[in-house]
Amino acid sequence: MSKVLHSAPRFASNEGVLDTLTGALGDMVVEAREANGEIIIEVKRDQIEHALRMLRDDHDYQQLMEMAGVDYPSRAERFEVVYMLLSLTKNHRVMVKVIAAEDTPVPTVTTLWPVAGWLEREVFDMYGVMFDGNTDLRRILTDYGFEGHPFRKDFPLTGYTELRYSEEEKRVVYEPVELAQDFRTFDFTSPWEGADYVLPGDEKAEAPEVDKPKTTESAKQTGAGKKTDDEAADETDADPPAMDDKDKEDGE
Amino acid sequence: MSLVEDKALTTSGEEITNYTINFGPQHPAAHGVLRMVMELDGEIIERIDPHVGLLHRGTEKLIEYKTYLQALPYFDRLDYCSPLGMEHAYVLAVEKLLNVEVPERAQYLRVLFAELTRICNHMLNIGAHVMDVGAMTPNLWVFELREDCLNFFERASGARMHSAWFRPGGVHQDVPLKLLTDIGDWVDGRLPELFGDAMSLVMDNRIFKQRNVDIAVVSKEDAIKWGFSGPMIRAAGIPWDLRKSQPYDVYDRMDFDIPVGTNSDCYDRFMVRVQEVYQSARIIKQCLAEMPEGPIASDDRKVSPPKRAEMKQSMEALIHHFKLYTEGFHVPAGEVYVATESPKGEFGVYLVADGTNKPYRCKIRPTAFSHLQAMDFMSKGHMLPDATAILGAIDVVFGECDR
Repeated sequence: MSKVLHSAPRFASNEGVLDTLTGALGDMVVEAREANGEIIIEVKRDQIEHALRMLRDDHDYQQLMEMAGVDYPSRAERFEVVYMLLSLTKNHRVMVKVIAAEDTPVPTVTTLWPVAGWLEREVFDMYGVMFDGNTDLRRILTDYGFEGHPFRKDFPLTGYTELRYSEEEKRVVYEPVELAQDFRTFDFTSPWEGADYVLPGDEKAEAPEVDKPKTTESAKQTGAGKKTDDEAADETDADPPAMDDKDKEDGE
Repeated sequence: MSLVEDKALTTSGEEITNYTINFGPQHPAAHGVLRMVMELDGEIIERIDPHVGLLHRGTEKLIEYKTYLQALPYFDRLDYCSPLGMEHAYVLAVEKLLNVEVPERAQYLRVLFAELTRICNHMLNIGAHVMDVGAMTPNLWVFELREDCLNFFERASGARMHSAWFRPGGVHQDVPLKLLTDIGDWVDGRLPELFGDAMSLVMDNRIFKQRNVDIAVVSKEDAIKWGFSGPMIRAAGIPWDLRKSQPYDVYDRMDFDIPVGTNSDCYDRFMVRVQEVYQSARIIKQCLAEMPEGPIASDDRKVSPPKRAEMKQSMEALIHHFKLYTEGFHVPAGEVYVATESPKGEFGVYLVADGTNKPYRCKIRPTAFSHLQAMDFMSKGHMLPDATAILGAIDVVFGECDR
């Protein structure tokens, strides 16, 4: 990495840590990298508890500070669960990741850290990732009786329901969300970098191809109806409509 | 009359069974909207099930739809008692991804105001904690000091609470010299006097000690297992402070001590905060003494906008200004987890950037979340009124806990 210019928290050096940890975790590791001063290790899903136990007991990462879910809808297994570990004795941090889908539960780590209970509940609530072995996997942040997993990328920002206090019914009522103004979102991707929207008029650039181009060879093909066709077919020698000069005179 | 030892009897001879009560969500000692379902055996707490999320606003989702700069004010609204402490973690995370250099004066200003925020936050918590266990006067006195802090924020940023003053690359505006001298006078005079007076009423007070000493004792091992941080882990006797161990901005140049507790009870947590106020005052004095002159924001025009006066003169500055305030800056793809020592503990931001002008994912690590989860095991076996003392010593704010 290039020279560190920023003044973000400086913990112990990453030097050699990546090799040590990937060596120790062996074939549990799917991918490991160091980027932006962070060590990120992706491990196999069914091995996560074992891997974190090794990191905690043999490598002094005593604290599980945070768990984050991330959604990448384009992937086959769309969710990432990221565990942030902190070593109080080595003054060092690592991130450990697993990949999961909706129907592939992740083994719980509540057996290692009791704090994981709520952290797993939050990931479940927000993304719908299941944790195998967590005995208390209830929703935590969303409303009682909420449906869906709001932090998924395909969940609309405005949600589906809104609630208000109804004076008639003397209670809070839930209703489908109604927006006074359309939700405004702007795509700032430069058109030169591959924006996925069509600028007005661009759709004409690619006209649909047809086997036989449509032409109008006689007045009868205009499609204006039989009566008009008959009239148009008659030869007329009437003068063209005269220009109305009255306006012109008024103008002068 | 013979005593029946097996069954607890009331005067009328009825058997007392366990019952469940609802603490909150509208309880003055719940420090916001916390609902706790308590299972009681008489007045002894057997189990607590905290229900959080009543203030969940989906901040993390909203941030995904905003540019990096527009996302910043959401952080003020997380822990609304220490807004600048929240901003600090976010701007550092963005700066880490951008690898942008922050001028020295801006770093000093950020440390100075982060410490003022810490004092401001502790004033609220200490006052509220004291009031939760029955004392009125100290709260009124320390709120005077909190008011002073808010006035300083207003003079720096224009807003008392939701400052949005820390920006990626520095701070928004420079501060007037008079403000710095006033802060200096305040730290030397009013703060230690008033705070010392208020604390002299509390620290050795018999009632206060009876309510707090030996309440919710947490061992070092438990503190680590339950993900404690900040004053909660320091009260357990572990000298862990991110400002010392993982310094950011100019904290590595500051000379201050980490107060630790010996008994790991509510009283220790309170006293750790009291001592931290004096340490913050030390840091503020050093910042004021050492702060150099110079720019207050990065000169990288692709990140930090030019001054308004410059914008009126230069076409290039105008373009930069326009682009930064409409489209915003693009952050290179990557992911970082940046944790700072907020007044309440470790406050972290896990930021995933995908190369556009909006964060792909911004996970906020609230301090209160893991502390509140420990509420159940900390309260077990204590009396019902102890729950308010335990809650006060955790220092929860639901804007941050529920996000």
